[in-house]
Amino acid sequence: MQEIQSLMGGFAVAMSWFNLMLMFAGVSLGVLIGVLPGLGGANGVAILLPLTFSMAQQPGGATSAIILLSCIYWGALFGGAITSILFNIPGEPWSVATTFDGYPLAQKGRAGAALTSAFTSSFVGALVAVILITFISPIIARFALRFGPPEFFSVYLLTFSAFVGMSKGSPLKTIVAMMTGFALAAVGIDTVTGQLRLTFEIQQLLKGFDFLIAVIGLFGIGEILLTIEEGLEFRGTKAKLNLRVVLETWKELPRYWKTSVRSAAVGCMMGIVPGGATPASFMAYGLAKKMSRDGEEFGTGKVEGVVAPETAAHAAGTSALLPMLTLGVPGSPTAAVLLGGLLIWGLQPGPLLFLEKPDFVWGLIASMYLGNIVGLIVVLTCVPLFASILRIPFSIIAPVILVICAIGAYTVHNSIFDVWLMLVFGVLGYVFKKLDYPMAPLVLALVLGDRAEDAFRQSMLGSQGDLGIFFSNPLVGTITGASLLLLFWPLLSRLVAIARGRNGNAAG
Amino acid sequence: MDDRKAVASVRVAELVMAGIFLAFGALVMWDTRRLGASWGDDGPQAGYFPFYIGLFIVASSAMIIFKALNLGDKGRAAFVEWGQLRMVLLVMAPTVVYVALIANPWYGLGIYVASAIYIAFFMWYLGKYSWPRILPVSLGVAVFFFLMFEIWFKVPLPKGPVEALFGYT
Amino acid sequence: MNRPAAKSLLAAVVASALSVLSPALAWEPTKTVEFIVPAGTGGGADQMARLIQGIIAKNGLMKESMVVVNKGGGAGAEGFLEVKSAKGDPHKIIITLSNTFTTPLATGVPFSWKDLTPVRMLALDQFVLWVNAETPYKNAKDYVEAVKKAGPGKMKMGGTGSKQEDQIITVALEKQTGAKFTYIPYKGGGAVATQLVGKHIDSSVNNPIEAVAQWRAGNLRPLCVFDDTRMPYKEKVTKDMAWNDIPTCKESGVNTDYVMLRGIFMPGGVTPDQVKYYVDLLEKVRQTPEWKKFMEDGAFNQTALTGKEYADWVAKADQLHYGLMKEAGFLAAGK
Repeated sequence: MQEIQSLMGGFAVAMSWFNLMLMFAGVSLGVLIGVLPGLGGANGVAILLPLTFSMAQQPGGATSAIILLSCIYWGALFGGAITSILFNIPGEPWSVATTFDGYPLAQKGRAGAALTSAFTSSFVGALVAVILITFISPIIARFALRFGPPEFFSVYLLTFSAFVGMSKGSPLKTIVAMMTGFALAAVGIDTVTGQLRLTFEIQQLLKGFDFLIAVIGLFGIGEILLTIEEGLEFRGTKAKLNLRVVLETWKELPRYWKTSVRSAAVGCMMGIVPGGATPASFMAYGLAKKMSRDGEEFGTGKVEGVVAPETAAHAAGTSALLPMLTLGVPGSPTAAVLLGGLLIWGLQPGPLLFLEKPDFVWGLIASMYLGNIVGLIVVLTCVPLFASILRIPFSIIAPVILVICAIGAYTVHNSIFDVWLMLVFGVLGYVFKKLDYPMAPLVLALVLGDRAEDAFRQSMLGSQGDLGIFFSNPLVGTITGASLLLLFWPLLSRLVAIARGRNGNAAG
Repeated sequence: MDDRKAVASVRVAELVMAGIFLAFGALVMWDTRRLGASWGDDGPQAGYFPFYIGLFIVASSAMIIFKALNLGDKGRAAFVEWGQLRMVLLVMAPTVVYVALIANPWYGLGIYVASAIYIAFFMWYLGKYSWPRILPVSLGVAVFFFLMFEIWFKVPLPKGPVEALFGYT
Repeated sequence: MNRPAAKSLLAAVVASALSVLSPALAWEPTKTVEFIVPAGTGGGADQMARLIQGIIAKNGLMKESMVVVNKGGGAGAEGFLEVKSAKGDPHKIIITLSNTFTTPLATGVPFSWKDLTPVRMLALDQFVLWVNAETPYKNAKDYVEAVKKAGPGKMKMGGTGSKQEDQIITVALEKQTGAKFTYIPYKGGGAVATQLVGKHIDSSVNNPIEAVAQWRAGNLRPLCVFDDTRMPYKEKVTKDMAWNDIPTCKESGVNTDYVMLRGIFMPGGVTPDQVKYYVDLLEKVRQTPEWKKFMEDGAFNQTALTGKEYADWVAKADQLHYGLMKEAGFLAAGK
């Protein structure tokens, strides 16, 4: 067990008082960044990067530097869930799926339970990913190499399939919502031909529609407008405000171990590939809804509906560091900034990093364990504090939330146009909710639409228009097959039921 | 005005929304003429997917319109009542003014000052708070965000004359 | 300039002392400078911008701080339009890549480098023809022959973006040799290198820094560099090769060259004083050991022009791109 030895060495590097202090500082800062939609892990890391230059020059300093930065990243992953649960506003893109059940839970007065299960699941997801990184990173790195355009497309298809048929509303409205998402995703420059699409020579449309602006508007502002209809207060203000809620929730969580395992697997795969934490969270939520016994009740405030996306998002976010370290391909924007940091500290990410700088790599891996434990302690002790935010009177917290939303929308592209756009999406979200148009398909299509299209058309370029490429090897064939099966499952299961019913009748 | 009176029926709302989608879908389809919407030698052209996306939107929203016309009693139910709409407008109107105050071609106040005014207005008009409670909250939040974004994280947000007085432009 | 940091500090102290006496002294930024990157995070331009920001912060080369802002929408059009509309604003600078020339030509978005003020060139980025190390091709000529033999469109060239530098090189290569590739656009250079290692494409024209890690790990093999002279760096990168050992494409019988501008521009309508400030600032950056190491790691061509020479170079490059894009049929309608 050479890995265990290296890991112990890593712990020896990471376990200094100085580094532990950096972890606490990093995680706390990260949580704060994750809460505000205007700041992401990438901002935090980018701002602290210059600070770490002088740090990295001392012996072992590069490890301290990456510990500080990666802990900001963990903190941001934890923090994204908080506003999703309390106010239906996803602080980070990967917490959108957390709102589906987290927010209804909070409305029922179970904000504490929702937060606890979100944080705990995040921790579990990260832990699984780190264990994977510790022991089988070479295998994982080779696995990631097998992903070309057809494989990426099939993974995106799987995400859609896992999610389709989720909403109970009118199928026509689901189609309109999803297609609108696709159309919005197509706005801007087309990667494959370099042509401008749907921009109509409007300068502000060149950059396309950002997912975060749509989400802040549809979910956040839309929800505030709906709440106001009923009067000037939030529901769920009677959340319990002590730490006992943590223990009570912990008693409930082991029941969902199957969902946790599945979601962690989904998350690890999506992080390594790298497909991203956001699709991972959607896919895990969709699968959980389809496979869980309580699937029908998802969306009304089930703890399991929080466990699935949070486990997957955190597993993906953590394992996304692996392709960055071994391939030099960042799995997320934050990883991209970290990558820049490595280069400036004089480290070259790539296949040789594990051999050339074992101290650094194992120190980082050890800090992933420690950083997540520190993170869990920090956020869990703060659960009552976060839940108590709901007790602030509506006419104080509502304008503050709207200000945060405005800042969040502005910072995406430094453009006031986006803030207006956010308001438009807010009104749209309000009308959508009242007329039973589902929002989740729109959001999913917006986040995955152009990536799926790029992957599809890259595959077509490679195969010269032959669709057979999606079944051309066992890997892509399996994923494509699985997604088609999932897609037509409702139809198939009905057929099976009919067939069985007939048999039953015949027998009777 | 009677608060319970409907402003619009569900039918009208359905029709308006579906009409907007119909127009949107048509716009999407129209733009693909320029790009080429067929399946070329090496896979779909740039306009291929948008064309069918637009087509789906147009077809589905047309069907929604058809259904809405035959909604019967359900269609006559209220989409939104006066009382509800008034509450929504009470929040939306100041928010629109707020965004306009942040930055506009004539005289932008910047996001911090506009936020302080917005929060203060909200607390005063809707929350009926007294000024000794309003001022610390509204100013405190604005100053906190200023420190957070401008000073600590160096994320430049729109600024106006007040920030300029302190040397931040 | 042996001790630039100390000297600049002294200069700054003297300057600030003098400025009390005579306010008409050299211009300096009075607020945070926005450093715009017309590309996404993690790419070559982004890395360079973040390095510059880091060097300036670390050595205290500027009193005010500098922030990097990514505006990569519309193949960089978002960033360029922002700088174009910030006429006369000395607190914005932008780092360029070839999309300064290619984006307006390919998309028809109305901007040109002439709307901006050239500050200085920092370096030129090289392009190298890479293949997977497990393939038998030992030089560019072998590979091109293999591509021809395989038939038109059978071999896949991966690159960053569409109708941008990577595809321009591919088309130029095709024109020169008569070989015909299928060009597959990806979103970033790192992804292209990984795709090549995974054999999803047959070759790439990655910048050195995008592929160096995979080269060192023995996964990729460089065939030739698209420049008229070899790269000057003689220190071994892999066990037996240095950047200098990679032949030019011309030497290998493939007469194609292309280098990419890494330069800095400001908005139009700024004063010569303000331009001079940034020219000097970036000169100080160029003298730091971190910058020199970065240049070596990324095997950059360290040509660094300023003033009129720079503007002339840019004008020439603009003409060159127009010609290349026109030949390749990449021009937007009406260009």
